[in-house]
Amino acid sequence: MIRHLLSAADLDHTEALRVLDTAAELLALADRPIKKLPTLRGRTVVNLFFEDSTRTRISFEAAAKRLSADVITFSAKGSSVSKGESLKDTALTLQALGADAVIVRHQSSGAPHRLAASGWVDGSVVNAGDGTHEHPTQALLDAFTLRRHLAGGVGDLDGRRITIVGDVLHSRVARSNALLLATLGAEVTLVAPPTLLPVGIDSWPVSTSYDLDGALAKSDAVMMLRVQRERGAAGGFFPSAREYSRRYGIDSRRMALLPDHAIVMHPGPMNRGVEITAEVADHERSVIVEQVSNGVAVRMAVLYLLLSGSAGEQDA
Amino acid sequence: MNHPLLLKGVRPLGGQPTDLLLRDGVIAATGAAAVAEAPAGTSELDVAGLIALPGLVDLHTHLREPGREDAETVASGTKAAAMGGFTAVHAMANTDPVADTAGVVEQVWRLGREAGWCDVHPVGAVTVGIAGQRLAELGAMADSAAHVRIFSDDGHCVSDAVVMRRALEYVKAFDGVIAQHAQEPRLTEGAQMNEGQLSGRLGLAGWPAVAEEAIVARDVLLAAHVGSRLHVCHVSTAGSVEIIRWAKTKGWDVTAEVTPHHLLLTDELAASYDPLFKVNPPLRSAEDVQALREGLADGAVDAVATDHAPHPVEDKECEWSAAAMGMLGLETALSVVQEAMIDTGLLDWAGVADRMSTRPAAIGRLRGQGRPLSAGEPANLVLVDADARRTVRPLGLASLSRNTPFADRELPGRVVATFLRGRPTVLDGQAVEPGTARPAPVGSLR
Ligand SMILES: [Zn+2]
Repeated sequence: MIRHLLSAADLDHTEALRVLDTAAELLALADRPIKKLPTLRGRTVVNLFFEDSTRTRISFEAAAKRLSADVITFSAKGSSVSKGESLKDTALTLQALGADAVIVRHQSSGAPHRLAASGWVDGSVVNAGDGTHEHPTQALLDAFTLRRHLAGGVGDLDGRRITIVGDVLHSRVARSNALLLATLGAEVTLVAPPTLLPVGIDSWPVSTSYDLDGALAKSDAVMMLRVQRERGAAGGFFPSAREYSRRYGIDSRRMALLPDHAIVMHPGPMNRGVEITAEVADHERSVIVEQVSNGVAVRMAVLYLLLSGSAGEQDA
Repeated sequence: MNHPLLLKGVRPLGGQPTDLLLRDGVIAATGAAAVAEAPAGTSELDVAGLIALPGLVDLHTHLREPGREDAETVASGTKAAAMGGFTAVHAMANTDPVADTAGVVEQVWRLGREAGWCDVHPVGAVTVGIAGQRLAELGAMADSAAHVRIFSDDGHCVSDAVVMRRALEYVKAFDGVIAQHAQEPRLTEGAQMNEGQLSGRLGLAGWPAVAEEAIVARDVLLAAHVGSRLHVCHVSTAGSVEIIRWAKTKGWDVTAEVTPHHLLLTDELAASYDPLFKVNPPLRSAEDVQALREGLADGAVDAVATDHAPHPVEDKECEWSAAAMGMLGLETALSVVQEAMIDTGLLDWAGVADRMSTRPAAIGRLRGQGRPLSAGEPANLVLVDADARRTVRPLGLASLSRNTPFADRELPGRVVATFLRGRPTVLDGQAVEPGTARPAPVGSLR
């Protein structure tokens, strides 16, 4: 297993499947009365959140606790981090605490890479979302959810057609999903207004379209990305939230364009009424709530695979 | 005054070996005459095989003093310059306070004289506080003891077309030149790296080539319109080279510089997220690098200028977006040019002398720099061992800062000696403290 999880590109086909298969086993265990496993007893997992994200933080905390790890959470708010303490000094503090894994959420793209490459910490670094770069565990939980619904919960996503819609330019979820889903054999289409597709997207392992209606009929799943209203009028990326939702939001009419087996996903938090209507969000083919519960299992799998491997090395 | 010194077996501009007699601050004689005219007591230095170039002239140096003496001082920066073979540097105006008055430029000029490592020619700010709004007192700076001829808001673009036009017009009165940092500000808000495939994948806001080229295009047209002199700082894109080449075919008075790092490094280095490779303008694509080399070779780009930009460790030892932009350059410039231009056959040593000394001196209107290596000329020269190779060690640099992008990289060539008006500032690769009473050098530097 790899030492750090910084990008979805760190996982090849075999390793990605190993994470998904491990998550499936862990999810099965979660149905038993005792939810805690002793696997990471005595190990320390630090949640280092320079940026607010209650959902992701809680998900990682739950994952680590269910594996019996000691969990320390370090949030930007109310800590020295917000007072200008450097990434390096924070990392050195964590090192002194003996962190076996550091889960980093940071507003700056590449900050987890810096932590992993700098030698400031010895532990494994897990990217929990960095700037507009990547969010690999979100992609893993999305792949896990897709596999349950589209591939019977086993194997990869060979030939499945996944459409990702929205603010690709600023989305770490889109970047990680484009890489991971392609690794797993899926055919990924990114749909967005041209202003929200990054320059150089032709080098990504995906196809792109500006036409949502055209893409939906050929989709086994559609993933709606959160779009911030301030990207509109103020940011100049599109004229208004209303025009955005008309052209790139999903509503009941567009839902009807999807094949019957297709599912709707959203990484959350949703902007109901912008990229997704309440009707679609609460539709029976929407798997948005399930994504959240799968997130814990996938993050347990990542921590288990990163840390149990290194424990073996230390014992040897 | 210094002892007379006879340099034996040196190869001026990489040509045939000869002897040079340095006396009273000038090259007193060359060839057989050098030996014949050497007075009794002349020190002889065997430098057979070393290449002599006119002392290098940098158009673009951030010495950081006044204001950021933790990053560099005039003394430390000019010592680094001497170590790199420079005998003159142009000190950029974006200090604190900004060099936008006669008082500040004279202060920097005086600090340079006191340090004694090389000539320091302050660049004056174009606008008050480099804020881009109101012209600074350009005439007062031109008339000051610092004799300012190059004006630049470097670090910022003079983006307002009317301000740029007026500045170009105004400096005609004293043969000044506006050195533009070409960066359309709205197109580069929050920009972190070259906009291309990699910026999209790394999730870093892009700095598109068009943001540079749009300003270069506008400014060559403005310079033509008002009949003034434009210099484009650190061109970084193939498109900029093309526009400048075109402007020159029109006969317009436009010059340009390229940095050593843009001649050698590409944006791929940003994939490490190591801020040592964060610079403005950003490292570009391999195609841009090739176009810059060709532009420098055919003269579309006039000069190599370092954009030496020291930053303290804490401003680079952090996440990419929080890091300062800029790289050290003075002590590696000649080696990088050797690798990018000589070793590729694009320039010979005479060409390097032209692009790193003659033309930059002409752009800055410097009298005693960038001169031929012939009798009667000022003895500003650098001796280079082109066959040496060395590994760049940040801790071994004379600069106060350590932010070289060439750390631990092996580069060709070594500056063996630098002479400022006949006085060695560097000998045998070691800095010679100005004003130290020391015996004249004798022996061999081979
Ligand atoms: Zn600049």
